[in-house]
Amino acid sequence: MKTFCLEVAGDFACFTRPEMKVERVSYDVITPSAARAVFEAILWKPAIRWQVTKIEVLKPIKWINLRRNEVGAVTSSRNVQTAINNGSGDLGLYIEDERQQRAGLFLRDVAYRIHARFELRDSSHHKKNYPHLVKVRINDPDEQHSADAANIPAKFLNMFERRASKGQCVNQPYLGCREFAASFRLIKDASTETPPIAESRDLGWMLHDMDYSDPSSPNPYFFRAEMKNGVLNLADVEVRG
Amino acid sequence: MTLNNRYDFVLVFDVKDGNPNGDPEAGNLPRMDAESGLGLVTDVCLKRKVRNFVGLVKGERPPFEIYVKEKAVLNNQHKRAYIEIGKAELLEGDDKKRKGGDSVDQARQWMCRNFFDVRAFGAVMSTGINCGQVRGPVQLTFARSVDPIVALEHSITRMAVATEAEAEKQSGDNRTMGRKFTVPYGLYVAHGFVSSFLAKQTGFNESDLELLWQALAQMFEHDRSAARGEMTTRGLYVYKHESELGNAPAHKLFELIQIKKNSNEPARDFNDYTVNVNDAGLPAGVTLLRLVG
Repeated sequence: MKTFCLEVAGDFACFTRPEMKVERVSYDVITPSAARAVFEAILWKPAIRWQVTKIEVLKPIKWINLRRNEVGAVTSSRNVQTAINNGSGDLGLYIEDERQQRAGLFLRDVAYRIHARFELRDSSHHKKNYPHLVKVRINDPDEQHSADAANIPAKFLNMFERRASKGQCVNQPYLGCREFAASFRLIKDASTETPPIAESRDLGWMLHDMDYSDPSSPNPYFFRAEMKNGVLNLADVEVRG
Repeated sequence: MTLNNRYDFVLVFDVKDGNPNGDPEAGNLPRMDAESGLGLVTDVCLKRKVRNFVGLVKGERPPFEIYVKEKAVLNNQHKRAYIEIGKAELLEGDDKKRKGGDSVDQARQWMCRNFFDVRAFGAVMSTGINCGQVRGPVQLTFARSVDPIVALEHSITRMAVATEAEAEKQSGDNRTMGRKFTVPYGLYVAHGFVSSFLAKQTGFNESDLELLWQALAQMFEHDRSAARGEMTTRGLYVYKHESELGNAPAHKLFELIQIKKNSNEPARDFNDYTVNVNDAGLPAGVTLLRLVG
C-alpha cells in the first residue's frame, strides 16, 4: 500500500502526556496517535485504518508555559435526562463555581513530516460501535459516486491524494488540542525537502495509540520512542499495552 | 438550513490602554510570549465573549441557551419549561454500556438543540462511560499580536480602606494602593474554522453561523470593563469555500491578509497599521466575505 507524506506545521502544539493531564505537559514530539488524527481529519472511513510509519521533526523543540481558566466539570447526562423528563431544570454551569486554573507546558513553532499508510479493515463490525456517526451526503458528485462504489484501496488512495493536495479536510487538523490548528501540505517527494533536525534523543516511553476494540474503555498502548537525527521510525517498533 | 460550505476566518481586533487577557501565572499581566514579545489572547477568552454576547442578545432562551455561563452577566436560577422530547428510560445497574450509550446519545442531541455553545463549540458529557462527546464545528486558535507588545504597570490609589483594622493602622489616612496593567496599543489576529461535517452532527445551522459572525463582530461592545480599556473588532474576514471539503488550504488563504505597520514609531492607534487584503489572489471556488474592515 502506498505511503503518503504530509508536512504539518503550527504555532503551538500540546500532545499531552497521560501521566500529566491535570497540568498538561506535552511530549517532546507528536505522538503517532495525534499524527493519525491529522490524516483522519482529511480522510477517514470505517473501512480504513491509518498507520503512521515515520515522523520527521523539522524544527527544534521549543516550549511555552501558559496558564488558563478552565471548567472542571462535565455535563452529567443524568441531569440532562432529569430535566428532559421533568420539563424544567437549571442546566447551566457557572464558571465561578467550577473554575480551575491549569497551567500547560506546550510546544511552540512546530513542524513535522508525517508518513502514513492505511490498511483496509472489515467495516461490518465497525458500524455498531459508532451509532452516533451520521451519514453525511457528499456534495461533490465524483466523491459521492466513488463512495457508493465498493471499498477498494485505489478509491481511498485517490480520494486522499485529491483532498490533501487541494488543502481539503473534513475538519481543520490540529496538533493535540483543537485550539492549536495545523496547516498541512501534501509532500510528493520527500527527498527534495529540507532535512529534519540533526538531533538524536531517547524520548522514553511514549503513547503509541489507543486500542478502541472495546469502545466503552479504550486502552492505551506505548512504545519506546527514539529520535535518530530528527527521525522517529515507527515501522517496526514494539508496542506494549 | 444546514451548512454546506467550509469556512475559514480571520479575526482582527485591537486593544487600547487595556488588558485584553490577563495571565494568572504572572499576576494578571497581559499574556505575552516571552521569547518573541508578542501578546497572546487565548481561545477560551474569545469563546467566553462569544458566549456572553449570545446569552445577552438571545436572552438565555432555547434554542440559544448558554451552557457555560458567568454569573455577572446573566440572571441566575431561572427555571422554565423545556421542550418535551418524550421520556427516556435511564437504565441503572452494571449494564450501562450500550443502553447508557443510547441515553447519552439522546441527552447529547437534546443539549445540542437547546444550547448554542454546545452546538458551536461542543461539550463533554459523562455517565461514567466515556462516549458522550460533542465535537463542535467552530474551532478557534490563540490570537497573537502583530508586533511585540509592552505591558505598562500603573499604580493607582483608592481613597478608602476595606477594614477597620486598616484604617487604624493608617491612623485615619485611609488610602490603599493598587496596580493595574495595560497594553498601550496592540493589534491581535486570531484564526478560526467552521467544519460543515461537524455542524451536521451538532445541528449548527446557517442562522447559528450568522449569529456567530455577529458575535465576533460585536462581542467587545458588550464586554466593557475597567480592565479592558478600549477593545474593538477591526476585521472579520470570512473565506467561504464552495465545497464542503474546501477549495484551498486554509494557511494559503490566511496569507492573503498582510498587516503592516506604517512607520517605525510605536503604534498607538489602528491607523498606524495598514491591513492589506489581497482579493485578487483568491483561489477558484473561494469567496471572501468582508464582514468587518
